Order: sequence, then structure tokens, then C-alpha cells
Amino acid sequence: MKRISIDPITRLEGHGKIDIFLDEQGDVANAYLQIPELRGFEKFCVGRPAEDMPNLTARICGVCPEAHHMAATKALDALWHVDPPPTAKKLRELFYSIFYATDHTTHFYALGGPDFVVGPTAPPAERNILGVVKKVGMEIAGKVLKMRHDGHHLIQMMGGRRVHPNWGLPGGVSKGINEEQRREIEELGRHAVEFAKFSLKLFEDVVLKNSDYVKIITGGDYTHRTYNMGMVDSQNRTNFYDGMIRVTDPDGKELVKYHAKDYRQHVAERVEPWSYLKFPYLKNVGWKGLVDGNDSGVYKATPLSRCNVADGMATPLAQAEFKRMYETLGGKPIHHTLATHWARLVELLYAAERWVELAADPEITGKEYRVIPTAVPDEGVGCVEAPRGTLTHHYTTDDRGILTKVNLIVGTTNNNAPICMSVKKAAQGLIKKGKVSEGLLNMVEMAFRAYDPCFGCATHSLPGQMPLEVTIRDPQGEVVRRLAQHVG
Amino acid sequence: MSKGKLAIYWAASCGGCEIAVLAIDEKILKVGELFDIVFWPCAADGKVRDVEKLPDGGIDVCLFNGGIRTSEQEYMAQLLRRKSKVLVSFGSCASEGCIPGLSNVNTKRQIFDAVYKQGEMTYCENPQDLRPQPHTTVPEGTLYLPVFYDTLRTLDQTVEVDYYLPGCPPEAENIWAALTAIIENKLPPKGSVIGRNTTVCDECPRKRSEKKIKKFYRTWQIQPDEETCLLEQGLVCCGIATRAGCKALCPQVNSPCIGCHGANDGVADFGARLMSALASVIDSNDPDEIDRIIKEGIPDPVGTFYRFSLARSLLRRSKRTNGVEVEVHRPAAAAR
Repeated sequence: MKRISIDPITRLEGHGKIDIFLDEQGDVANAYLQIPELRGFEKFCVGRPAEDMPNLTARICGVCPEAHHMAATKALDALWHVDPPPTAKKLRELFYSIFYATDHTTHFYALGGPDFVVGPTAPPAERNILGVVKKVGMEIAGKVLKMRHDGHHLIQMMGGRRVHPNWGLPGGVSKGINEEQRREIEELGRHAVEFAKFSLKLFEDVVLKNSDYVKIITGGDYTHRTYNMGMVDSQNRTNFYDGMIRVTDPDGKELVKYHAKDYRQHVAERVEPWSYLKFPYLKNVGWKGLVDGNDSGVYKATPLSRCNVADGMATPLAQAEFKRMYETLGGKPIHHTLATHWARLVELLYAAERWVELAADPEITGKEYRVIPTAVPDEGVGCVEAPRGTLTHHYTTDDRGILTKVNLIVGTTNNNAPICMSVKKAAQGLIKKGKVSEGLLNMVEMAFRAYDPCFGCATHSLPGQMPLEVTIRDPQGEVVRRLAQHVG
Repeated sequence: MSKGKLAIYWAASCGGCEIAVLAIDEKILKVGELFDIVFWPCAADGKVRDVEKLPDGGIDVCLFNGGIRTSEQEYMAQLLRRKSKVLVSFGSCASEGCIPGLSNVNTKRQIFDAVYKQGEMTYCENPQDLRPQPHTTVPEGTLYLPVFYDTLRTLDQTVEVDYYLPGCPPEAENIWAALTAIIENKLPPKGSVIGRNTTVCDECPRKRSEKKIKKFYRTWQIQPDEETCLLEQGLVCCGIATRAGCKALCPQVNSPCIGCHGANDGVADFGARLMSALASVIDSNDPDEIDRIIKEGIPDPVGTFYRFSLARSLLRRSKRTNGVEVEVHRPAAAAR
């Protein structure tokens, strides 16, 4: 095979790049996903007071600042050896549930959903939120906008700001809620439950009742047998805010369940010179390259992964939907990447139900939403499930609480290897003998979108939604085709 | 009247500015009525090649968020400057460097070592000591990455800027006010910050009296009451030096202002302004006592005074002499 040189000037578009190389037969030799930037929070946060981290690390990602804010706040609890009072924990989980419901709504309707609601083969100009509106009507668009508006309104009410809250402290939060606010939160939460139920019904009507779509979901081009990771509570049910990290193997058997603070014994990261983004893998299974199977340490941390590692959901309606999903798709675990969209809606329902549960909790308006730390800070790990995967913040400080070491493993980074694998598999399935299928672009996109990749988080550098350019070159380095699209 | 042409772009930013634009809710439809969106990678089609093909000045307004850290971002800043009649430095990253600008206390080598070197800050396994490279040869060909620069620059340190919109991110109401000013052609003089020229204190509902501080507290150390000025309670609230426009959102949830809207007109250096404001409330004339009050209560002057604005400050970055990297001695930097 000849080496191919690529002119960088033509490839300045966007923040994610895929290069697909064809061999002499015109088949796909390899495909690379490159992430072209880094911001270096791990370094420049050193020297800062640790209590600034919820605000500093929120700026890793403006799409999910709440996740970084919360992981950082939990790391501060551990760092200062302080156990927040029950009201504080419940307020945080309530806030986090509202955020989850809002974020999953955005993904399903604006980013991932159009492929199914409008259709995978619809013209690209219609495969967007406006296309969804056209297909399902203004009334539903109104519901989506209201859901997002309500979520942001409550996030600002509790955390201070719609984007980049300023609320978390070691030992609790800066302010609680009063009865009037509680009532509003509960009422909007009940709307959110109805919205989630409606979204699942929409998914059933539009996707599950269409056998072509079901065939695409369960087809081989989008299937990878990898390990899965997610957070579970004491009864092995999904939890976004707190719990232990459970990893299951490609057959669904538990490999390990560990405390977040022990993550280093289980996860390692690999560096490739062609991407600024590292590749995490399961240390005790080992790195075997970008391949799936029981011998490869590649794992996924997605909504579907969280369902795969859990025994069930902690709220009744979500539990029923969880069961239905596995019954429909042939039992656990599910390895079809596109089923992630379904899992995301099950999680949306769980988040909304949890939101109402917590808003109705008698302790939620308690005045003890904070305790002042008294111990000397040293080291702490904080972990939450970000919508896009397990998020870990790890800090070490001097005895004044000034940071001396910072390590971050963020949601999408977990999925760097499987996303690369999905892109390659989709390309190999669609490009034969130099003929590029018309459907390639969207099929590659769909492989991507299922992960809801947020390379802003991943590289601690890039925006939340990613414009993607695919360049396909023959062995002489000539451009066969160039495809560009904006990937959520 | 023909529709104007609008572009929105992101460089080294977090995506929060894009979310903030979408938070203007239904008014985004009005934007769609008045402008053709020719380039907005987040939400609409349009390729760099299409922008390259436009005549110079072919875009009426470009809202540019994010700082400049790589060769790719530098190219986009230059391209969009050339193609845009009005270039708006949108949000804290483009205007001041924001939190990512704090990386200017380090060099590229320090950052790469921290992230990629085995046994350093992170826990990556990298026995071959690899680093991302501008060119990598793989069996099938060569892969390219944009060059990562040593220093993060603001947009106006890279190209000429016409207007600034403050905030991390800008609040939706202020975004709409700026768009309205553009639509109605009621823009202030070139080079202006579009926003109110008062401080967060003027919008803050907390009760204020005479400020006399004997001790600064860190946020984790005390539970402030919900009525009184946070600075008077000893917390380093940046509202006193920060441009208004947010309606004091953070103090309303009992958290001090962290300064994300930057400085007012005529202030060359946000950190110097905040330092001088705090100096005037320290209740002591004894140099040793003053030194103790500052050292105990403000252990990280760079991160406190230049949290959002290091890249555009008079300091800009840590000192490098003859290729030897010298780390900023933080207390000294703040005292300067």
C-alpha cells in the first residue's frame, strides 16, 4: 500500500476529522478519527484553590457544565473528608436529575432523533430539528422547547445560572430552596414525566413499528461486543449522582464493581500521536488495539452501557420501560450501538421520575444544606455519570487546599476507542471497490450520533457539537470524495 | 430590504456561548427572518470552503467565540475577519481568554507533559513517551493535527475586532440587545463593549454599608448570611470590579461573583482594578498585617484576580527568558 499525503490546508474545517484510506482494491484499509485540540485543565488548575474547581471545570463544557460542576463538588467532599447532610445530597441529585432530563431531551430531538423521526435516508436538509418539527407538528416542537426552557429555568433558580452554575461547595451547596420554589420544581417535574412518557411513545410509533428501522438498529454494521461501564446504587440499579462503578463483560457478566476512588486500578489511558484525545481502556483486560471482544480492554460508557451494567431502574415507570427494551431486543446485554437512543429515553423517564420523587421529599427544603469542613484536605475523587459517560475528577492538594495534582477522565473520552471502531466498521460496510455509497455520510453520522459525542468535554477543549469532515483518498492520495456534516 | 448575512463561529471555547445563543428562545426565529445564517457549524450547514469563496466583506456580522490556541483557530479568525464587515468578539474566551487563558501560566511542554507523560499529573500508560504530533505517519498515509501554540491569545490579539460582548457566557437578554442594536443599526462606536458600564454591585440586591475587612475567607470556610454584601462578610466577591449585565445572579444563590463579565470601560487590567478595589477595603495600615490578611485569605492571586482575564491582562502569560521556562511566582505576580 502506498503512503498518502494529505494537504492540511484543505482540512481546516471543523473540529473532528475522519480520514478513510482505501487500498489497491478500493476497499477500506483503515479509518482514523482525529480530535485536533487540547486545553490542558490538568496542568493550569494546579496552584488554584480546590474550591474553585466546580467553577473552573464547568468551563470544560458549556453543554454539560452541571456534570463537571457536580463531579468537582463531590471531589471536594472527598478532599476535605466531609459528608454533606441529607438535604444537600438530595438537592444536588434533584438539580442533577433536572439537568439530565433537559440534556437527554436536547439529544433525542435535536441531534439523534432526526435520523429516525425524519428517516435515515431523508435529504440531509430535513434531517434536523426543523425536519422533526415538520414531521411531528408544531405542538410537539412546543413541548420540546418548553421542556428545555423549564429545565434551564430551574437550573438557574437552584444553581445561579443557566450555563455555568455557581453553587457546589465541599460539604453541600451554597443555598437551599424554599417551599414556593419546591412546589414549582415538583409541578414542572410532573410535566417532565409526561414529556418522557410521550417521547417513549413517539419512539415506539415512529421507530419500533417500522421494521426497516428495527433492522438497521439490530444490523451488524452498528454492533460491537465490548465491555460496558456505568454507576449503580446499592441494589445495582442505575444512578447518575452516586454509587459504585460496575463493569460487565461482553457476555453481560460482572467483571468488577469498584469505588470511584479506586478507578486507577481499573482504568488506564493510552496515547496515540495522531490525536490529542487519549484512549482509556480496562487496565486488567489490557489494550489490544481498536478491536472488540472479551480480550480487548475497550469499553463503552453510554446510556445503553449504563442499562447493560444495571439490574434495573429505581423508579417504577422507567423500570417497566427498561424491561420492555430488553424483552424487545433479545435480552441483556445489548451491543447494538443505535439502541443507545432507546436507552437514553428510558433514562429520560428515570431522571424525570427521580426529579419528582426528590422534589416531593420532606427533607428537600431543609435548612441544613451545608456543613463547614474541618479536616485537613489532601486527596479526593469525585465521580458522577455525565450523560455521555462516567466522569471522574481526581484532585490532590497541599494542607491549605491548593491543588498540586489534577486528573480528569471525562464522559466522551471513555468512548474514544469504540467511536473510532464504529466509524471504521460503518466505512468498511459501505465502501467496496472504490465505490462510495451515497448513504455513507449519514450512516457514519448515525454511528457517531448514538454516542452523543461531546469532544468539548473529551479534549477539555472543543464545543459540544461537532462538525465533522470525512475525506476519502485512494492509494495515490487523490481525493475520491469529501463529505462534510455537522455531527451532534 | 435584503436580508443580512450572519456567521457564528467557535474557536477554543466550551460550547456554552452556543447554548447561550439558543437561550434567546423564540427570538432565534426573528434572527432567522432578518439574517441568512451563512455559517454556523453548531446548528446550520455551511462549509469553510463556502466562506472562503465569499467576497471580502461578504458577511455582514460574525459572532466569534473562543480564544486562539491552534493554527486552525488562527486561520479561521483571519478568514472570518477578512470576510466580515462587523466582527464581534463574543463572550469571555474571545475577549479575555477566560478560564482556558489561565493555561498561560504554563508552557505547551508543561501542558503536554502533564496530560500525556506517564507518571506525571494524569495516569496514562505511555511507555514510549508519545505526544500528539502535527504529522504522524501511519501504515496507510500521513495524518495531520493543527499546531498547538505556547500561548492562548484573545481574538483581538489575533485580528482587529469591532465590538465585544462580555460574559461567560453572555446572558441571553444581552445577546438579544446586541442583535437588536445590530439590526436597528444603533451600534455604539467601533471598539466598544456592548453592555452596561456599571458594576455587578449596582445590580446586587444585598445590603451594603461601610466595607472594612480584617480577614478574607475562602468560600468553603464560612456560611455567609443571605442579606448582607458578600465582600463585607469577607468573601472575595469580584462584583466590585466586574461589569454589570447579569443582574448579580451568583450573589443571589449566596455565591460570590467570580468576575466573568470582565472589566468596565477604560480599565486596562481587570486584576489590577480588583486588587486596588480590595486594597481599599482592608482595614489596616500595618504592612505586616496587610501582608498576612492577603496571604491567608487569597492564596492564589493569579487565579483570583485573573480568573477570566489573564490572556488579555498586562501580564498576558508567565515569563519566559532565553527559552528557559520560568513559572510565575504567584504572590509576586499579584503584587506587581
